[in-house]
Amino acid sequence: MIASPAAVAVEDIFRREAGRVLATLIRLLGDFELAEEARQEAFAAALEQWPSNGIPSNPRAWLVDVGRNKAIDQIRRQALFRSKYPDLEFAALDQAAAVSSDDQEDDAAFGDDRLRLIFTCCHPALNMDAQVALTLRAICGLGVEAVARAFLVGEDTMAQRLVRAKKKIRDAGIPYETPPPHLLDERIAGALAAVYLVFTEGYAVTSGADLIREDLCCEAIRLGRLLDALLPERPAIHGLLALMLLHDARRKARVTAMGDVVLLEDQDHSLWNWPQIDEGLALVERALRARGPVSPYAVQAAIAALHARAPREGATDWPQIVGLYQVLMRLQPSPVVELNHAVAVSMTDGPARALDLVDSLAARGGIDDYHLLAAVRARLLQGLGRRDEALAAYRAALAVAKLEPERRLLARRIAEFDCLPRQPV
Amino acid sequence: MQYLLLIYASESEETKMNEAAMAKVLSEYHEFTQGIVQGGQFKGAERLRPVASASTVRVRNGKTVITDGPFAETREQLGGYYLIEAKNLDEATAIAARIPSARFGSVEVRPIWPIT
Repeated sequence: MIASPAAVAVEDIFRREAGRVLATLIRLLGDFELAEEARQEAFAAALEQWPSNGIPSNPRAWLVDVGRNKAIDQIRRQALFRSKYPDLEFAALDQAAAVSSDDQEDDAAFGDDRLRLIFTCCHPALNMDAQVALTLRAICGLGVEAVARAFLVGEDTMAQRLVRAKKKIRDAGIPYETPPPHLLDERIAGALAAVYLVFTEGYAVTSGADLIREDLCCEAIRLGRLLDALLPERPAIHGLLALMLLHDARRKARVTAMGDVVLLEDQDHSLWNWPQIDEGLALVERALRARGPVSPYAVQAAIAALHARAPREGATDWPQIVGLYQVLMRLQPSPVVELNHAVAVSMTDGPARALDLVDSLAARGGIDDYHLLAAVRARLLQGLGRRDEALAAYRAALAVAKLEPERRLLARRIAEFDCLPRQPV
Repeated sequence: MQYLLLIYASESEETKMNEAAMAKVLSEYHEFTQGIVQGGQFKGAERLRPVASASTVRVRNGKTVITDGPFAETREQLGGYYLIEAKNLDEATAIAARIPSARFGSVEVRPIWPIT
């Protein structure tokens, strides 16, 4: 069946306005769940009325008005017949009735509503999984089923997780407002961490067939752009957005048609998304030039920028990359950062120096099941001509690697050993 | 909204404190309490005697069982509480962060569930 043009237009408006309508209804009604129901009813009413009456001049305001009125009706009915949570419902009613509809026409107010909702969804009193799930559901407008797939859990499990998170927002009194100035930087950092988690969920998996993962990268970039639009001139936001754009620009080159991993140095540069790289490069510059403390995202983006510029400049600026990893080790120390630093050092100072760093990292323990540690060791040992140790390290990496494409890459490396003549020791 | 701020700290660490240090903490508590009384957020507060003085009561099959001490051994013990009025969780956690014990122990922030 072919959808009528009117139905297509209505669907299009729903997709565009769903997030904003929900954000405003939550402010007006003071309750997440009630707002979701109200939006649902408003959309149902629009589907019924718009095809015959025509689409209103301001569809967003129409949807908000209808949603609010439906919610008020529902609160009144509930208050009359079963007064279960009288305080909450009357408070919501007062709040909803007190707001005039004038300010809903204001675009800035809608922007503020979405910003408030982002800060509510990413409130530190919610656990990280709940933050990400709520953000994908409420801000990105993904269906429960899609959010469940993103987390690799069942739809029922995700539905329950979302219900629990919304209940905590209501019961604990998590505010629905933009944080006060003294909390703003910290809360922005929290929201960025959630956005970055959405991105890495999408980016870490390299299986070419898994489209929802690509969707996650796109959603994360959309969220980054939204935050940048709502909170302009924030270096941390520019840094994260640049980082995501630069990594995502290489997406098509990272995996073969067969779903195999292609390492950075082997990638086909014509598959890189160059306009996106240019956008990322410009944002990195702005993030690094801003006054105040450097954001770790900006440093990571600067590293990605140097890799992205390498094909045009004919060589990778490894000394600068080493320096940036040293900055990052101070700002945000982690074994993964140290390992990447060691890889960069192998390009400037050779594999022996890098192997010392990797071995000292491994000696401190705690990341034994991280397959990249063993894989990096293997490569460095191979570079030093220590063939048997390299082979053993590749096998150790294969034993702990979990993703199929990465396992295939390691298996290929091991197979290559059998083809290569033994190097003289 | 009302919140109960439950103050947990290590009793064994507290007994190791010298008198001057203890006096300093108590005066900080006094100052903090004055602050939230003046701010209109104070609803009530008490300090609790150490868990060594605690008894636990359970009724099973109609029979009352009284045991010594709290249910579980933990590193930090409930040592007192404040009942406060706050606009939302952000205000409640900001007040909780001003409690002197938050610097060495922890403060659990629990919304009050009104009984209707």
